[in-house]
Amino acid sequence: MESAAIPERPPRSRGELAREVFSKYGLIVLLAAMPVWFGIRDLADDGDLSRLANNMKDGLSNGAIWALIAIGYTLVYGIIELINFAHGDLFMIGSFVAFGMIGSVGLTIASAGLGLFLGLLLILVISMIACGTLNVMIERVAYRPLRDAPRLAPLITAVGFSFILQNVGLLWLGGSHTSVPDLISSQKELFSIAGVNVNNGDMLAAVVTIPLVIVLVNFISRSRIGRAMRATAQDPQAARLMGINVDTTISFTFLLGGLMAGAAGLIYALYQTDVWFFSGFIAGLLSFTAAVMGGIGNLKGAVLGGLIIGVIQQISDNRIGTEWTAAIVFAYLVLILVFRPQGLLGEQTREAG
Amino acid sequence: MSTTTRRRGRNFTTPEKVGPVPVSTLVAVVAIVFAFLFPFFFESGSGFIGDSTTALIYVVMALGLNIVVGFAGLLDLGYVAFFAIGAYTMGWLGSSWFSDANVHVGVSEVLQKQPGIHLNWLIILPCAAAAAALLGAVLGFPTLRLRGDYIAIVTLAFGEIIGRIAVNSDEGFLGIGSFNLTNGRSGITPVDKIDLPFLERFTTLNLRPWYWTALVLALVVVFINFRLRDSRIGRAWIAIREDEVAAVSMGIPTVRVKLLAYAMGAALGGMAGTFLGSYINVVNADQFEFSFSIFVLAMIILGGLGSIWGVVVGALALSYINTRLIPDVFNTVPSKLGLDFDLTQLGFGIFGFLLVIMMVLRPQGLLPEKRHQAEFADVTGGSGDEPVLEVRR
Repeated sequence: MESAAIPERPPRSRGELAREVFSKYGLIVLLAAMPVWFGIRDLADDGDLSRLANNMKDGLSNGAIWALIAIGYTLVYGIIELINFAHGDLFMIGSFVAFGMIGSVGLTIASAGLGLFLGLLLILVISMIACGTLNVMIERVAYRPLRDAPRLAPLITAVGFSFILQNVGLLWLGGSHTSVPDLISSQKELFSIAGVNVNNGDMLAAVVTIPLVIVLVNFISRSRIGRAMRATAQDPQAARLMGINVDTTISFTFLLGGLMAGAAGLIYALYQTDVWFFSGFIAGLLSFTAAVMGGIGNLKGAVLGGLIIGVIQQISDNRIGTEWTAAIVFAYLVLILVFRPQGLLGEQTREAG
Repeated sequence: MSTTTRRRGRNFTTPEKVGPVPVSTLVAVVAIVFAFLFPFFFESGSGFIGDSTTALIYVVMALGLNIVVGFAGLLDLGYVAFFAIGAYTMGWLGSSWFSDANVHVGVSEVLQKQPGIHLNWLIILPCAAAAAALLGAVLGFPTLRLRGDYIAIVTLAFGEIIGRIAVNSDEGFLGIGSFNLTNGRSGITPVDKIDLPFLERFTTLNLRPWYWTALVLALVVVFINFRLRDSRIGRAWIAIREDEVAAVSMGIPTVRVKLLAYAMGAALGGMAGTFLGSYINVVNADQFEFSFSIFVLAMIILGGLGSIWGVVVGALALSYINTRLIPDVFNTVPSKLGLDFDLTQLGFGIFGFLLVIMMVLRPQGLLPEKRHQAEFADVTGGSGDEPVLEVRR
């Protein structure tokens, strides 16, 4: 089969280069279409862009959650080329753990100051560890035995685990939405720049996500085990020959993905003040779209994709209608996969070379 | 390898050898005869006949998906879209939904007095099959150049998009306009009953004609599946599944063959959709959720990917587990264990569990296809030069 839209390297004909440039900028144009369109409409209506700016700010906060989940997808895909379908539901379990721990730690709406901060930090750590451990266990049970099987097999067990986790959620808190105490009064305005209101919730998303992403990127590029991960992603056979324990490395990758999903779960629970057993399904698809958009296997791409998807989602929620958001994001997913499967920043997988 | 070629060859060229009838054929014949006589053992309105009818229609769907996933090896996670198209075709062409129109073809006198479009099911069936096949080919087109797992995601996304459109198209599209196409979650109801010559009247009280229609439909589809598998196209599908690069270099036109797989699978899904729409008497958006795609996928995995009788068994088994075993037999288990939950809610959790267990313990399914079995045996047998992780384009 010809290599899809992935260009062969190094010698590239002019046509191929043109195609790559076209597809890349085409994608950017496609992504910019919605904000630009609504921006023009706002300007035409009342000449004020603050509504769009607020949409984008909300979108970035939501996007931080999708970015953290997308990291999990991209890490796992990068190393074993598996779409971990259960990852979205893992995030849902993370949000449930966070919700459950709020009561156990003893935080209430009245908590404030240092107590609140330490309490939240504890919850963050617990939900991260819970999700990380769970993800490692899932890998051990459902993916490792199938590592040599045809590629369809682990994908199907992933779908199976997604359903299992969803039903765990269903048993845990029932089928309806459960509201989470608004510990940080997430909609309360913290400060305002040029008509953009930054709320407590936005601050939380930034404060949790930015350090985590920086630590993770540095960890993977600098540490010994991060190097092992990249080596395994490139060529597991060669990595094994070089004395890398491939199984441990893969488990570790799942652990990292799970940790990020747990953090996303906490942000989601506090930011949306609502948890639901089915939230993981949509979150998973949005985040997978984000990972593909940035270029699967590419860590920075996942973060970028997450933020972009957040903005698209928020604009669509606010301007077109919440019920259509999922359809719009999926339409983007299909378009990206068809026209530029390597994403914005380029794939970093074995197949992409 | 050699055994399969010989078997295939016999289907085409040399006449059947006279000799003892194989046991499997005997079992099949007995099962089919029993299936035809089966409704006489129950009252005509018995719930069990009703459940069996649903089970048979699931067989049709599972066989449709089996063409895409089992034969051609294209993991389709949005199969529910074709069920939706079939059901909506039935809803639009066989109910009073478009009450301004006044079209009646081959329907009973009672229906002729009602407004709307009322066509006989035998006319709707090919319409729905054609619509679904067209949609299948259109949806399949973008996936042609993608790798296996991307195909899964794109089809999933398409399935979800169709589902969202079904839910939200009661007030325009994307917030534009205000027409009502699907009536969202309330759905189109009532839908015309199937009306066939030579059979008792189709009512909700007499389920036997429904059952026989479903049975005939299922048997026809089984036959189609066998003929397809042993045809030139079928061999091309299997070749693509086994090794796409090799298949292309052997001169198989992958684009056409893959699109055919999508279209054939979709057409069967659409046909099943028309039947279910009429049988359930309502077409609403809640029927078309992602979990249904997985339900059908679980059937073919349980039975054995690509194995036709396996898929039939898998579909019947899962469908009875869903309609009989979980609600009737096992539903008291949690309360006996002192737990407080409704097991019927967890149907899909159980299917998920089944998927994992099957894949880990018996990935080839209950009644595996010989070729697939060989594939799994080959890989898990751990030949030394097999790469740790499979890398395929």
